[in-house]
Amino acid sequence: MRGDLPQIAGTADISRVARRLRRPSSRRASPWAWFWLALGMLYFFVPLVATLEFSMRAVRGRYTFVAFQHILSDPDFYRNFGFSLMWAVITMVISLLLVVPTAYWVHLRLRRLRPVVEFITLMPFVIPAVVLVFGYIRLYGSRPLVLTGSPVLLVAGYIVLSLPYMYRSVDAGLRAIDVRTLTEAAQSLGAGWPTILRQVIFPNLRVALLSGTFLTLAIVVGEFTFASLLVWPAFAPYMEDLGNKKAYEAAALALISFGLTWASIGIIQWLGRGAPGQTQVTGAH
Amino acid sequence: MAYLELLKVGKTFGATDAVEEFNLEVERGELVSFLGPSGCGKTTTLRMVAGFEIPTNGSVRLNGQDITHNPPNQRNVGMVFQAYALFPNMTVADNVGFGLKIAKKAKPEIEVRVREMLDLIQMPQLGDRYPYQLSGGQQQRVALARALAIEPQVLLLDEPLSALDAKIRVELRTEIRRIQQRLGITTIYVTHDQEEALSISDRVVVMNAGRMEQVGAPYEIYNYPATPFVASFVGTLNQLQCTVVDAAAGLLAHNGQRLKTGSLIEKADGPLTVMLRPEQIHLGVIDDENQLKGKVDHVAFLGSIIRILVRIGEAIITLDVLNERGHTLPRVGDEVTVSFPAHACWVLPGP
Repeated sequence: MRGDLPQIAGTADISRVARRLRRPSSRRASPWAWFWLALGMLYFFVPLVATLEFSMRAVRGRYTFVAFQHILSDPDFYRNFGFSLMWAVITMVISLLLVVPTAYWVHLRLRRLRPVVEFITLMPFVIPAVVLVFGYIRLYGSRPLVLTGSPVLLVAGYIVLSLPYMYRSVDAGLRAIDVRTLTEAAQSLGAGWPTILRQVIFPNLRVALLSGTFLTLAIVVGEFTFASLLVWPAFAPYMEDLGNKKAYEAAALALISFGLTWASIGIIQWLGRGAPGQTQVTGAH
Repeated sequence: MAYLELLKVGKTFGATDAVEEFNLEVERGELVSFLGPSGCGKTTTLRMVAGFEIPTNGSVRLNGQDITHNPPNQRNVGMVFQAYALFPNMTVADNVGFGLKIAKKAKPEIEVRVREMLDLIQMPQLGDRYPYQLSGGQQQRVALARALAIEPQVLLLDEPLSALDAKIRVELRTEIRRIQQRLGITTIYVTHDQEEALSISDRVVVMNAGRMEQVGAPYEIYNYPATPFVASFVGTLNQLQCTVVDAAAGLLAHNGQRLKTGSLIEKADGPLTVMLRPEQIHLGVIDDENQLKGKVDHVAFLGSIIRILVRIGEAIITLDVLNERGHTLPRVGDEVTVSFPAHACWVLPGP
């Protein structure tokens, strides 16, 4: 039992570890448990602290927040981050509108197709982003359909990339509720499809949808290949560009983006609070 | 014309017939049960009344109108599911008021109606709770209230008590019957539990393999089963293989022992089977009744009754004795005589 703390891979693993720690046998936390925990924390925090320490050495001989000030006063930071946020929001909206009704219908009427749909959503893990984007450019860079000048390809690529996370979150959420019976109950009470989706399905998927949108946000903001190769302003190419030119500012930016990510998690946790009967935050079921 | 009519209703899934030629007329205010083993088509038939399945052929008429092809949300039919199906994101009161909100009723009207419904299910204090804070029995009461709140023309219950434990099940079925009679609402009740069906129904439809086997009052179904399936599915039944001695006098023989039947023997040649209910058989000798000698095979103490299995030749006869204090129970291996009246013997041709 002891000594096998899994590598931090996701909330599911963490909660499994937490459950294990809650068992009576391991309640008298053995010194080894603390040792592994401390090791894990070090693994997690040392790079952060080191990055912070480095980012504060922009001025020789003393610690300052000059690098942070540079970033926060750089209009390019806001422009690129703003673009990334915009792409993220567009991606989330389209992705939700695409995935929720699809997953709902698959659960309700096309259960046999579930493995097929699941497989399709996993494609981004099989096909690397760089292959996808070159495929896009080849296919849509010449006539009859030229799309390389518009952000359509960028957003389309983001939607594909976020598909596994979005679909899995929604699927897990739908598995947690008895979709079919709830739908039928609502129907027998006189509700039509829009009402059922709005008042029964969406509210009960709140946490799943939040986690799906959060993962999408994280992916889109951190995505480099698409934005760089399709030449659109975004956060990741900006960060890369900065890293080539200004070392301290790049470190500061890494921490800022880290903080923004954590703030997003916080917001999602806060929005998802008190959702009755549902406790999962990620897609893990 | 009956209130709810199912005319030659049939449903086919792929190559299998789930329901065939189902004809039923339900009067206003009547409670009719569909009883049968799983897969017999009872739930499919109910779902066709609800509109969740469209019949392959035949039609469903409610209050004179053909509703065969109406979508479920335009039928005004209340449904209670085995899995409760309360909306987890809503309180008890919001669940009960959901159908009224959909129907765009005024808020005060909804509130009054919800309070009325919560009183009806004897849960007036629990309107603010969420479903996950309730027990299974309470959740199913709320589901019942929610279905009744919209004043449906028909109430449909699909194995509503199957997920509950025995004691709650008995309590709640009495409650359902009480509410149904008080509101006078036309109800179809699907169950695989024969005791449930017999105890609360005005009429019972026994189904098997997609077909109707018998329709009748609980008393008729139990005492005058129309087919061997009904006889064996509803209640416990003893089967004794006999040969005919004198068809005109109703004389039969089982394993060398004579017995007399009150029913008509149609086929005098070949073996036939005598059916007997356990409660019509008595332990000991009773004059002017059939008597068979055998050996006690097993004694099971069930509380209010004691079930005794007696081996007579190749056959085993089950009989029930009321539990009274001071009763001496026979022991396994004892030689006993069982008695039963001639009119209790129901005869079927064939072994």
